[in-house]
Amino acid sequence: MGLEQAMGDSFLTTRIVDAINWCRKNSLWPMPMGISCCAIEMMAFAGPRFDSARFGSEVLRFSPRQSDIIIVAGTTTYKMAKVVRKIYDQMPDPKWVIAMGACTSSGGMYRTYNVVQGIDLFIPVDVYVAGCPPRPDNLINALLLLQQKVARGESRGAAPAFIGESSAHHRLGSKTQAA
Amino acid sequence: MNEQVLQLLQGRFGPLESSEFRDELTVVVPKEKIVEVCLFLKEHPDCRFNLLSDLCGIDMYTPVARFGVIYNLFSIPRNHRIRLKTFAEESDPVVPTVSGVWATANWHERETFDMFGIRFAGHPDLRRMYLPDEFEYYPLRKDFPLMGIPGSLPLPKK
Repeated sequence: MGLEQAMGDSFLTTRIVDAINWCRKNSLWPMPMGISCCAIEMMAFAGPRFDSARFGSEVLRFSPRQSDIIIVAGTTTYKMAKVVRKIYDQMPDPKWVIAMGACTSSGGMYRTYNVVQGIDLFIPVDVYVAGCPPRPDNLINALLLLQQKVARGESRGAAPAFIGESSAHHRLGSKTQAA
Repeated sequence: MNEQVLQLLQGRFGPLESSEFRDELTVVVPKEKIVEVCLFLKEHPDCRFNLLSDLCGIDMYTPVARFGVIYNLFSIPRNHRIRLKTFAEESDPVVPTVSGVWATANWHERETFDMFGIRFAGHPDLRRMYLPDEFEYYPLRKDFPLMGIPGSLPLPKK
């Protein structure tokens, strides 16, 4: 646009949507839905060694009403699915979901009647992270991918990304609901 | 000490089926007598099995005596363990509760009820422990499929 030329270096023009998405992507506050052992790695992700503060995600909010992304970290049973869904429903829009670890993404090694075979059966997932548990680096990678997605302004649950080994989206045959 | 315990039991309750494996005594008790036997083992000064270290169910999947309940007892004063077994029919899977003998049996029996559907007569609070209250099946029974009954555990809507 010609505006920069007329006004010099002190102005920058962009679309309002892009400006808002830029703000959003650099302050994604996670809701730590730590259900089992993946939560330990999630704590390391937020702690000083891996330091998610570098990407604006250090504020782990234990209230869903103050969070932008929910990191579901752990084996989700059918009984817990109701809780996860309730917390997800309490988060204000826009909101995104990271499925952390094999259990969350696909049921993992728990191919039984009581474990949900992937949380995408009841909430839309934006990024799947492989590993059992994934390393904190891997979760940071997921966050960065999610930031790209937010910057592009994609709607939630659209075209989920898979991180790490193929195990995250490896399922035995076609995906079936357990019970 | 195993012989002594067995003699005491048989002297009081008549002949009982028993076996010994690696110095651990197992006694099979008819379910009508289980509370009496437990109380006897807990109170008798030569036994004093004051700790119920575990109570669990078993599904033998046989036409007779399908369900079993196993009591692992420990005597802290004597540092000795024995095991009791009792069986119930599939048509009538009811065993008297021992929660009056050892209070800890309360939750163990609830868990056994949750997983096997064995009911404990006289239990003060026989509700499901792990599974949702509206769940209709007993998942540790041998005829329960590993991946469950489709639709029996509802998921929230997407």
